[in-house]
Amino acid sequence: MTEQGNSAPLALDRADARVKHEAGIGGALSAFLDRVRSGDLGSLPVVVGLVVIWTVFTSLNPVFVSSSNLVNLLFDCSTVGVIALGIVCVLMVGEIDLSVGSISGFASAMVGTLWVNQGWPVALAILAALAFGALIGSLYALLFNRLGMPSFVSTLAGLLAVLGMQLYILGSTGSINLPYGSALVDFGQLMVMPKWVSYTLAVIPGLAMLITGLRTFARRRAANLSAPSVAGLVLRVAVITVGLELIVAYLNQSRGIPWMFGLFVGLVVAMNYALTRTKWGRSMTAVGGNREAARRAGIKVRAIYLSAFALCSLFAALGGVLAAARLASASQQAGTGDVNLNAIAAAVIGGTSLFGGRGSAYSALLGIIVIQSIASGLTLLDLSSSLRYMITGAVLAIAVIVDSLARRSRASHGRA
Amino acid sequence: MIESLEGSASVGELVLSLRGISKNFGAVSALTDIDFDVHAGEVVALVGDNGAGKSTLVKILAGVHQPSSGTINFRGRAVTLPDPRAALTLGIATVFQDLALCENLDVVANIFLGNELSPLRLDEVAMEMRAWTLLNELSARIPSVREAVASLSGGQRQTVAIARSLLLEPKLILLDEPTAALGVAQTAEVLNLIDRVRARGLGVVMISHNMEDVRAVADRIVVLRLGRNNGVFEPDASNQDLVSAITGASNNAVSRRAERLRTERNQAHGGQAGEQHP
Repeated sequence: MTEQGNSAPLALDRADARVKHEAGIGGALSAFLDRVRSGDLGSLPVVVGLVVIWTVFTSLNPVFVSSSNLVNLLFDCSTVGVIALGIVCVLMVGEIDLSVGSISGFASAMVGTLWVNQGWPVALAILAALAFGALIGSLYALLFNRLGMPSFVSTLAGLLAVLGMQLYILGSTGSINLPYGSALVDFGQLMVMPKWVSYTLAVIPGLAMLITGLRTFARRRAANLSAPSVAGLVLRVAVITVGLELIVAYLNQSRGIPWMFGLFVGLVVAMNYALTRTKWGRSMTAVGGNREAARRAGIKVRAIYLSAFALCSLFAALGGVLAAARLASASQQAGTGDVNLNAIAAAVIGGTSLFGGRGSAYSALLGIIVIQSIASGLTLLDLSSSLRYMITGAVLAIAVIVDSLARRSRASHGRA
Repeated sequence: MIESLEGSASVGELVLSLRGISKNFGAVSALTDIDFDVHAGEVVALVGDNGAGKSTLVKILAGVHQPSSGTINFRGRAVTLPDPRAALTLGIATVFQDLALCENLDVVANIFLGNELSPLRLDEVAMEMRAWTLLNELSARIPSVREAVASLSGGQRQTVAIARSLLLEPKLILLDEPTAALGVAQTAEVLNLIDRVRARGLGVVMISHNMEDVRAVADRIVVLRLGRNNGVFEPDASNQDLVSAITGASNNAVSRRAERLRTERNQAHGGQAGEQHP
């Protein structure tokens, strides 16, 4: 340690000698281990889980990791993944929406009837479905804000009511086929990025990280605050870029990256920005952590709840439209069964807490890949849906247990 | 006494003036007909026993509760405080007894909660700098402003809450038990801070059970008892007078305890002469 007198003046945030400040790559590693030990797991469980699941399924059936199967996996991820993204919103404020499956089913039924049966333009039908989704969410928020109805109950009621509406508008036929060859169905089943687009897009995350990282570095230095090391940043950017390019190259061996998955990832990135870098996101986290404190800080708590519920139902409706495109049909089965729980499980497995105030948009992406990997692996093994339900249920239970244990450990280690 | 009264009257304009404030929670009258004034550059201590209505009064001023009746004048205008936002916008900042911090957010996020810089693209660097400036003004000992508040001690949280109240440069600061969780040095820092805030011409309302702290900084001591005004005192008022105003009688638990201790001590002294202790 150098004496304060003959070294550069201490950075504003480095004046307290009692705090450990890890420097360099080794420091970053030991800080990470410290965090994990105290229960701040981040996305570690999901990464570990994914490795285990992929190893097991690959050893049982090598087709699992084939490029074409993984491309199919990405198509399947996108529909429920978008729904899970909405679940992240409500979980952030410590609430729940159990009706996302029904809303997605009704949205697909709406697109089917309005577009195919009534002859509306497809864009208008989709917009109507999305507007309906947002409306349902606003209704939940109204019940919650004005009448104090727990979201658990209101959305459970919504689950039944919206399912009833779905069956009603589908009528006696029970299902509507969407025309093959239409843009919507192509989007859900066929459209993949040209190779050069996917390779270019894979560079962008690293590039964005590098630019914002360097800019933050310069600003923090100018403001006399400590800044993370540039070497570490460059290393991370390199690892991420190389990793993404390898994944893209592997997937491009068969059909390539689906545009639908591109849309999903785009939404995830946008939501991540909104949750971490805007006042709205900060307010969401605050309301989820301590509602009364947020209110006393002058946050419009009711508006935050409204935005969370409306956004959740909106994403659910969008997920429903994508699912209709994926299946080329709007049926009575759409959105029923395990859609609800898969969406919630994806968000929780990805690391968004059921207790509010903790989570990230990326948890929807990571979580849904885990869930769909299980589904895809079990399908390849020709296992019945009875086993699939049991295994998915067990995975969800494990995820919630990990969440609860990590939460307890964080409390005893003085972390939120 | 009269001299100092005149002294405090010349401090500055009337910042806050409450007339006939009452607050009922169902059948319970938490506050009845409260009159309360705060001038610029004045520290008013609000004292009273548990359940006297101190925190309720502060919560009304913070916009958390709405009064059942009465008028609030802030800087010469009649105002209503329908929600916390309204109070903050007027320039009334509050440090609540429970601090009202979000444990899952870090120190910077808590200080700027509801007042983030550049809402659509949070300016973390500027916010962190301002946070350090505020905390250093309070001589705060916060290890890192990027740690979640959950990892801070009680005193550190108190400092964060006070720093947050100063962020918006308020005209009036309400401190509900600001020194209750603090150590000796930090209590002194908070009292120094209150002096500095007063010197800047702000009005300060401080709730405290610690008569020593109250005497150290207050210009006036307002006593509440069972939700009613029960006297205004100078800081040099005798302990006896204050205690009886707070508890409502000269024959109260505090004086009885003092009396009992005195007699016990006398008995012990007397007893020691007669009995032999091993």
